[in-house]
Amino acid sequence: MRPLRAGAAALAAALTLTLAGCGVGASGDDRTRLTVLAAASLTEPFDELAQEFEASHDGVDVVLGYDSSSTLAAQVVEGAPADVLATADARTMRIAEEAGATRGEPATFATNSLVVVVPAGNPADVDSFADLQRDDVTYVACAESAPCGTLARDLLDRNRVTARPRSLEVDVKAVLTKVELDEADAGLVYASDAVAAGDTVETLPVPHASEAPNSYLVAPVQQSAEPDLAAEWVELVLSDRGRQVLDDAGFGGPTP
Amino acid sequence: MSRNRLGRPPAYLLLPAGLAVALLLVPLASLVARAPFGSLLERLAAPEVLDALWLSLWTATAAMLASLVLGLPLAWLLARVEFPGRSLVRTLVTVPLVLPPVVAGVALLTAFGRTGVVGAPLRELGVTIPFTSTAVVIAHTFVALPFFVISVEGALRATSQDYDEVAAVLGARRGAIFRRVTVPLAAPGIAAGLVLGWARSLGEFGATITFAGNYPGVTQTMPLAVYTLLQEDLEAAVALSLVMLLVSVVVLALLRERWFGQAAR
Amino acid sequence: MSLLEARVRVRRSPQSLEVDLDADPGDVIAVIGPNGAGKSTLLRALAGLEPMHQGTVRYDGRAWDGPGAARPLTPQERGIGMVFQQHLLFPHLTALGNVAFGPRSRGARRRESEERARRWLTRLGVEDLADRRPRELSGGQAQRVAIARALATDPALLLLDEPLAALDVGVAMALRLELARHLADFGGIGVLVTHDALDTLTVANRVVVLDQGRVAQVGTPDEVAQRPQTEHVARLMGLNVLRGQGSGTAVALDSGGTLVTTTPFEGRVNACFSPAAVTLTLAEPTGSARNRWPGTVTSVVPHGAAVRVHLAGPAPLIADVTPGAAAELGLAPGRSVWAAVKATEVGVYGIAAPPAQAPLRSRYV
Repeated sequence: MRPLRAGAAALAAALTLTLAGCGVGASGDDRTRLTVLAAASLTEPFDELAQEFEASHDGVDVVLGYDSSSTLAAQVVEGAPADVLATADARTMRIAEEAGATRGEPATFATNSLVVVVPAGNPADVDSFADLQRDDVTYVACAESAPCGTLARDLLDRNRVTARPRSLEVDVKAVLTKVELDEADAGLVYASDAVAAGDTVETLPVPHASEAPNSYLVAPVQQSAEPDLAAEWVELVLSDRGRQVLDDAGFGGPTP
Repeated sequence: MSRNRLGRPPAYLLLPAGLAVALLLVPLASLVARAPFGSLLERLAAPEVLDALWLSLWTATAAMLASLVLGLPLAWLLARVEFPGRSLVRTLVTVPLVLPPVVAGVALLTAFGRTGVVGAPLRELGVTIPFTSTAVVIAHTFVALPFFVISVEGALRATSQDYDEVAAVLGARRGAIFRRVTVPLAAPGIAAGLVLGWARSLGEFGATITFAGNYPGVTQTMPLAVYTLLQEDLEAAVALSLVMLLVSVVVLALLRERWFGQAAR
Repeated sequence: MSLLEARVRVRRSPQSLEVDLDADPGDVIAVIGPNGAGKSTLLRALAGLEPMHQGTVRYDGRAWDGPGAARPLTPQERGIGMVFQQHLLFPHLTALGNVAFGPRSRGARRRESEERARRWLTRLGVEDLADRRPRELSGGQAQRVAIARALATDPALLLLDEPLAALDVGVAMALRLELARHLADFGGIGVLVTHDALDTLTVANRVVVLDQGRVAQVGTPDEVAQRPQTEHVARLMGLNVLRGQGSGTAVALDSGGTLVTTTPFEGRVNACFSPAAVTLTLAEPTGSARNRWPGTVTSVVPHGAAVRVHLAGPAPLIADVTPGAAAELGLAPGRSVWAAVKATEVGVYGIAAPPAQAPLRSRYV
């Protein structure tokens, strides 16, 4: 993996759409905004936690911005007015940390491991991870530039599957879409994505997957205008309640 | 040259015009400035990059030829033949121009995907389109064809129909008029349409990645390679972007004679 | 029965076109009339380029359009030649390619077509320009090529839409004489739309005057030139034509006043006299000229060896005077003068029924 440089990341941020609402620290009226930038795979559990956070904090709106972890890290480094950053791997969090954009030590709050998803009904009769090796099976995975891609590559090697994916999607949602549309017989996605996809896909385990999960880290952002609220959000994510919501969404515990 | 014979251009026109140029050129200049020139050649010689460049060039060319074969007759029908629903057809074929490319990709999947309207019967025959270079060409054609048709229809309309009438009076059948008069007279416009469509194909991203997928050497065109690299190695992405920029400049140079040349006349 | 029998009816604004035209081999019909009279529409309808809403076109007993034709014949099927004001040579073809286009389109082989084209270029005196593109030709050269192109298909009907109007006077003059010769050799039917009196007089053997979509007058060039029924034609022919009510040798003019002639006539009458018969003076003339009007000079232009003076007054008049006289009188726009014409110089003829009431037919049977 080649290192992502801070300056380069800044341009990456400029090239990517900026997040709605992340440009404002506090709204025009007297309501307070807490801006949370989170990896796209956290969409479902963080949406739910945001509702609970708002319910317990009068006058606070939680604004959530979801994107790829590297994009978000780059935005935070560039000084995007955010309060909390949650990434899907340690590498991207380290970029923000090394640039001094985070406050305190980032905390690992969840893990995510890869599973095989097949379209509902499993039309290609994919029964195991080893079936990806079959000639008549078309499967897709993430490109290695994404954390899910390096994980997938690692697991394919560990399980001695030499057949290559038909397509290297740039993010895990694109992998899921290809499977949901039945364009691919199988795909390698995070367990949390498989849960979020519901009935449209069926899930198969990947041997050795739990040995190399992806860690999710969260940290308050240095330039946060609401450091106390940011700390409370981190607390909520690390709490038992947070653990519960992440569990339901298919995430593993912070230590596998 | 009638240089400023009518007086000085007013500041309220000069200023926004200057800003427009700055808005367009500053990012491009920054891209060049940011380029890792030291390792540029080495990066561009990487097999993945050469694969992507070659794939981009040949799929864009194939899409250009498909546009010519399919689009020229359509543009001619729209420009020269009155038929019921003509304006509706004209509107419909230009819809892909405003369609977000990703949506175009999804639309292509629903048509030519494995379970698509056309794709499912094709699959019965043992033909699957997604994840193949054919899919790239189809995606490119889908987005480039409207450009080509609009541009050529405009060129045909700009070419006087008088010549068609003269040819008819001289005894030429409709097909012969098309081949021997209409097309030769509109040739510069057709060429411009081809170049425009080709350039559009070359920059196509959303429809391709959605419909054709992203695999080096098969469906990973230059823009897809740039986007993939952008996730981890910006310098490599910039290097590739420079190649795209260079290609754009060459394309514009080809168009120069037609666009700028005519404007100056 | 004539070779060409056309009852042309075209719906158009502001006024539909209703023209009947019959012609025999060797006829060259000049169609004249003001802008918007329908001259070009008539040609286009004959060519099949303009749809007719009713009417018929028959050629040699065969229906081209109207009853008897299952559908209007396309231009390709009619076998016509057409020459346009702007030569409309195909810009991407050489002169030879342009002339060969017709024979080639009608099924001749390439060599045969080119040989034929070369013969026609030779006949028009432009064979050495065969390899030039239209933009490399002068206006006159291009129009010669265009005429060769039209004739190279052996058309049944040759339609010429102001072929000389865009050319310089000298070039037009030379080509006019040649055109007359080619039309005479052609032997088919020629229809020539023109704005030029000379075209009418030198090239055509029949004249059809159109006005507002109707035939206003039909006759030989001489008849029409000497007795124009419309002011447009009178002006085209360079004649002064005044309308009035004849009573003996006096004509009560519509524009006011009385004109004395030497030819008695009763009823509606056109009185005409040549511009050269008009004398101009600064003071009111007292001599034998009994017909005199005050007027204001509106324009002074050279006209051959003379100077042509347009006058505004009770009746608009044209006068031709010598350059010496023009200088002596100090003629310039705005100058007040008196115009006089002798009774012996005035010709009179009856006015045909106005065109708006009933379309006239031009029959050459």
